[in-house]
Parts: sequence; structure tokens; C-alpha cells
Amino acid sequence: MALLQIAEPGQSTAPHQRRFAVGIDLGTTHSLVAAVRSGQPEVLPDLMGKGLLPSVVRYSAGLAPEVGYDALSAASEDPHNTIASVKRLMGRGLQDAQRLRVPYQIEASGQDGVVRIRTDAGVKSPVEVSADILRVLRLRAEEALGDSLVGAVITVPAYFDDAQRQATKDAAALAGLHVLRLLNEPTAAALAYGLESGREGLYAVYDLGGGTFDLSLLRLRQGVFEVVATGGDSELGGDDLDESIAEHWLAGWGMSRDALSAGEWRRLLSLARRLKEQLSDGGPQAKVSDVWSRDDGSRPLALLDAAGLAALAQPLLDRTLKVCEQAIHDARIERSDIEGVVLVGGSTRLLALRAAVTAFFGKAPHADIHPDEVVALGAALQASLLAGHRADGDDWLLLDVLPLSLGLETMGGLSEKVIPRNTPIPVARGQTFTTYQDGQTAMAIHVVQGERELVSECRSLARFELRGIPSMVAGAARIQVTFQVDADGLLSVLAEELSTGVSASVQVKPSYGLTDDQVAQMLQDAFSHAKDDLHARALREQQVELEQLLMGLGAALEQDGDLLSSSERNDLDEIMREARAICGGPDLEAIRAMLTGVSAASEPFAERRMDRAVATALRGHSIDQL
Amino acid sequence: MNPSRFDQNHFALLGLSPDFQIDLNQLDTARQRVQAVVHPDRFASAGPAQKRLALQWSTRIHEAYETLREPLKRATYLLTLKGFSVDAEQNTRMPLAFLEQQMEWREALEAARSAGEGARRVQLAELKEACAQAHQSGLERLTALLAQTTDEALAEAAAQVRALMFIEKFSEELR
Repeated sequence: MALLQIAEPGQSTAPHQRRFAVGIDLGTTHSLVAAVRSGQPEVLPDLMGKGLLPSVVRYSAGLAPEVGYDALSAASEDPHNTIASVKRLMGRGLQDAQRLRVPYQIEASGQDGVVRIRTDAGVKSPVEVSADILRVLRLRAEEALGDSLVGAVITVPAYFDDAQRQATKDAAALAGLHVLRLLNEPTAAALAYGLESGREGLYAVYDLGGGTFDLSLLRLRQGVFEVVATGGDSELGGDDLDESIAEHWLAGWGMSRDALSAGEWRRLLSLARRLKEQLSDGGPQAKVSDVWSRDDGSRPLALLDAAGLAALAQPLLDRTLKVCEQAIHDARIERSDIEGVVLVGGSTRLLALRAAVTAFFGKAPHADIHPDEVVALGAALQASLLAGHRADGDDWLLLDVLPLSLGLETMGGLSEKVIPRNTPIPVARGQTFTTYQDGQTAMAIHVVQGERELVSECRSLARFELRGIPSMVAGAARIQVTFQVDADGLLSVLAEELSTGVSASVQVKPSYGLTDDQVAQMLQDAFSHAKDDLHARALREQQVELEQLLMGLGAALEQDGDLLSSSERNDLDEIMREARAICGGPDLEAIRAMLTGVSAASEPFAERRMDRAVATALRGHSIDQL
Repeated sequence: MNPSRFDQNHFALLGLSPDFQIDLNQLDTARQRVQAVVHPDRFASAGPAQKRLALQWSTRIHEAYETLREPLKRATYLLTLKGFSVDAEQNTRMPLAFLEQQMEWREALEAARSAGEGARRVQLAELKEACAQAHQSGLERLTALLAQTTDEALAEAAAQVRALMFIEKFSEELR
């Protein structure tokens, strides 16, 4: 029986008036989209009622890509064209990809070294494959919510570096999604837990997915979710256990992985996964078995019992607990300070894992929300908040930290740390360098991310050159390099020679990332050369953006108009009038120019409002003190 | 037009008086309240200029908070405001007595490292205790010096900060 929904007084019941934003968990093995409807976050299912979308894409010549269960079931018969676990390749170079031993054919493209995958439908970058997954989720959400989306919060492992985050953002742009925020997966999980059960204190979020492990320590207090420390390994997950199980069987049969066809290996892995999952539902004495279909028609029987699985899982569990220990050490806390542990990710269903986590933290972990869904649900809550849907009492702030130290290459191939990991973001920090040769007029700047001292052991993020340094004796020039990391954890770098003001600025486009031009080109291609579509879409976006800006500004003027002198007010009113006149029109370039113009003209007003908002916030504070 | 609060010193920015002894709860609350109104998440659908402003403010508040939360960073900053530079990288000269104690600790650490399992644990615990005590009394001395206004007291406070930095670095090795 369908239940009637009765809205609270003051809440809108008309869905078409709402501007929907969704949370997306773009996972290694599967992805989900969730949204807040009627005040509750819920996973949006496909037409068959399934919430999980396998993160698998199959490419065939001349056909649209297949995404999800259909692609997954084709993985064994068509391994070269079926891309699974693409998240592991995001923001990665060819060498990383080769180390991961993926079954499809990969190559590095051009001078940028971006990994590409050769398929029957052409060469695909990991960003494009991820975009194909995101597009399916976007369409699913639009279908379910009956409207286009204002934006999405997309989750990433807390341990993702700048290149991996940037790649994720590029994929979203390519899929036609406006990213409101990249949110760390553990934070999203804590958000789902914290809000639904009102817990406060220090929490550890242990997140073992298919391909990544994250441990985050979060302090939940008075509506603030503060990430105290994060640690993790972006190349460690449940998939590794599947491989260990498969290798264990092969060793028992006296066989080697190299002798298998790609399809046989795939089938063996999925068998390992299936039996592993069956054991997670059984007791400590459980035993399971099934046959492996080989290409030659033979069908060896594979066996797995709980004790054997626990032994195979032990090395993986030890690695995760080492990360936990390091994060606790970094945060300068004791294990006993931790109020609770939250489990996230399908791989945490493993019985041996629950036992190991309980022993390590000295308390049983929380797992009341479905571990596959908790991240997407938290992301949906954040998306709803960012889109401006704030119910009474529904207010929180997420303060994140930088997951990995940022540094610059100095003489001798060493990394000079400019911002250490676990620094709260957004953050800006500068470092001054000098020339080491007389008359040196250019300087190469190499930005790296990671904890190791040697640059070669850190991830290379970007290289650029500062030219036009005035000729001086060695050591006389003063080059100030400023790193700005935004709330998404994305970096931009500004370098400036202080005595002359020669500067170079880069939005860090990582060494293994895509340039803005490449993203624009892919977008163009995605619209299958229908230029009008692309133009119409861009026009609509800009119109909406200008409308929003004017609306926001109007409300701000009503509230804080007294911050402007009457002549300042007249000038602002004038440009707003001009903007309104062209806002609904067809001139894309004029609307773009007007956006910049209005934004610039209102900047002093915005600055003064910020001052006032801060003063008011602090006054509230002094009242509490009395 | 009043100058923006943005350009004021860290203490004024967060509504605190410029003293070494501050109420850490008050600092926490001030940061939370201000971040709640300036953080970029509050401007997710605003224009680019507004977003940039939020980024700058949020960055500025973090910087102030991180500086004031740690006693030695706070002391260094406070001394800078009063015109005294701690200059830890350039100025490494230390009183002889302090250096001797440092040498003693280093030797004790070496000895503990080469000792057997049981003895090592005992020796390390003793060393940690000695270090913690020196840190505690150093902080008390620093607090007293920073409450004074004479140049001599402030110059000595700067030296005290450098000494405490040595101790903290050493404690880090003991962890």
C-alpha cells in the first residue's frame, strides 16, 4: 500500500520547485547515486530496482557503451573491451597502470603520458570511462527526480592525491555534472552516521573498498565535522584479497597465472569474490566450493573455508592496521580516545576483518547503515545542504585536511615540504627560493605530492617554468612560490619574483591529467558534433548562473544595503539593470561578459558583507561567554 | 570605511586579546563560528568573485587558528607583533647549561637504544619524563616572561621559545 506523504508546515511539497542535487559514490567496483527526498537521503535505484551500478564499462565498435550489470556479465567473454576498476587508473601514468597488471591493452598517449585503454570503440582515457559511469547515474537521477540537476557532490578516497581528484572532477564535467564539492568518502560516511544518530566525539572511519583503503579520524562536535587525520593506501582493497585467493588456488593446482587466458583469470577472480562473499555470511566453521570453467572445458573445483580465508586476508588486514596506527600517531591521540569505529565498504563484511578491527580498537565497530550505501547517503546529505536546502537544525560544516604533503623539488632531487599532510584546508602557504647561478633568468618549478624525501618517490603533480627573472648574481633573486589548496583539496600554484613582480600562475593540471582544452574537446565529441546542442547548453547554464547571481545580490542588498554609499549603490543598481535586460537573451558572449562585470562590480560590497558576517558571528560568541 | 578585519592580526581577527595565555575553548569556538559563515561550502552556488573571497577568508581563519593553537607558534607570533624575532633558523646560539643538558639527553637516548628490551623501556620512559618536565617548566617560564613588557624579558622569552623548540624536536624523536 502506498502511504500518503504529509509535509511539515513550511516545507515545500512541490518537487518541481526544488533544485535537486545528488550525492555520487564513484566506487572501484560499483557506484551509486543518492538524493535527499522528503528530508531523508535515499539511494536512487535503476528501472530494475537495483541501487548498485557495477563500475564496469564495455565498449563495442559503433555502439553506445554498456555500463553496469550487462558490462559485468560480458567481462569474461570480452575482457579487452570491458573496463573494470578504472578508478585505480584515475590520474595515473603508464608505469602505475602496468604495475596494476590490468587485463586490457593500455598505452601512454602523446607527451603528457596519460594512460589510455585500447578498445574496439577507440582509445579511451580513464576519465572518459569514469564519465560514462557518471553519465548513467546522472540520467538515472534526472529520471527519478524529474528534473535536471543543479549539481553533485562526488566522493573520493581521502587519500586521493591532486591528480586523482582533478581527474575525478574532469570526469564529472565530461558527464555533464556540475561538481558542488569533492567529498572524502570517510567524511561522507561519518556524515550519514553523525546526523542520523546525533553522536559526538572522536571517530575512526575504516573504509576498505574494492581498490582503496582509507582511515580517517574525525572529530564530531556541535555540527562541525573536523577531519583530524587521514591515512590510507590507494592501491589496497578487497580486489587484492580476490587475487590472493585466486593465486592460492593456482599454487595448489601447480599452475601459474601467466599460463591463463585473460578470460580464465577473470572467471577465477569472480569465483574468488563470490566464495569470499558467501563465507562472510556464514560462521567461522563455514566451507564453500564451486567449479572454475577453463577454456579447454575442464572444471577444477575450488575450495575455500573460513580459516583459510582469514589466513589469506591477514597480510591485507595487517597493512590496514599499520595505516590505522600511523594515523593515530599523527593525530597525537591514543587508541582509547576513539569513541567508535565506523565500517565502510563492501569488503568490511569479512568476518576476519571485523574481529581484527575489534581487537585493534578494543571495541566492536558500528555497521548499522549498509556499508555499500553509507558513502552515497552522506554525499546526498552534503549535496542537499550545498544546494541550499536547509531544514531547521540541519546545519553542519565539514572541515577537511590535506591528505598528502605538498612539496617542491630542490637541488639534489629532494622534496622540500611546503604544506605538510593533515593541514586543514583551504590553506595557502609560500616558500621563498633563490637562483643558484649568476645571471640565471629562468627557474623550473616541479611540484610533487607525497611523504618521501626523494622527489622520485613522490607523485609528480606539475612542472612549469618561471621565465624573465632579471639577471642577478646567484642567490640575489627572491622567488616566492605560493600553494593554494581549495576546499576540494585541489591545488593552484603562483610563483613570483619578489623584486620585479615577474609571475607565473598555474591551475595545477597534473602531469597525468587532462588540459582544459582536452576536456572541452571531449565534451564537444560527446555531443556527437552537434554544436548547437553544446551552445544551447552553455547558454542555458550561463543564463541560470547570471540569474542566480542577480537574485543573490538582490537579497544581499536588501539585507546589507547600508554598507554601500548612495553613489556606490547607484552604480551597482545600474549594472544590475543592464544585466537583467540581457539575461534571458541569446547572446552567450554578452552574458558571460556581464557575469564577470557584475561579479567584479559587487566585489567591494561582498568584502564588506563578509566583514560584517564575521563580526556578527564573533559577537554571538561573546554573548555565549557571558 | 573601516579597514577590513581580514588584515588585522590573528588575535583581533578571532576576537581574542593579544596575550600568550588564551582560552583554547574560546579559540575553538571562534574558529568554528567564523568558518561557519566564511567557508566556501556556504557559497556553493555563488559567483566566482564571492567564491574567491570565501576561499581567502577560510584560508586566513585556518592560518590564524593554526598559529594560535600551538603554544610555541603563538609565542613566536606574539613576539613578532611586539617587534622581537625568534628567528629559530638563524639564531641557534644557546646557553651552555642548556646545551649540556641536550647532550646528556642525546647520550641517554643512544644508550637506551643499544640497551636490552626491558632496560630500554625503562630508560626511555625516564627520558620522556625528564623531557616532559623540562617542557612544562620551560612553558611556565615563558608564560611569566611574556606577561612582562620590558625588552629584556621579551628577548629572553624569544630564547626560551628556541629552547622549547629543541625540547619538542627531541620529544618527537622519543615518540
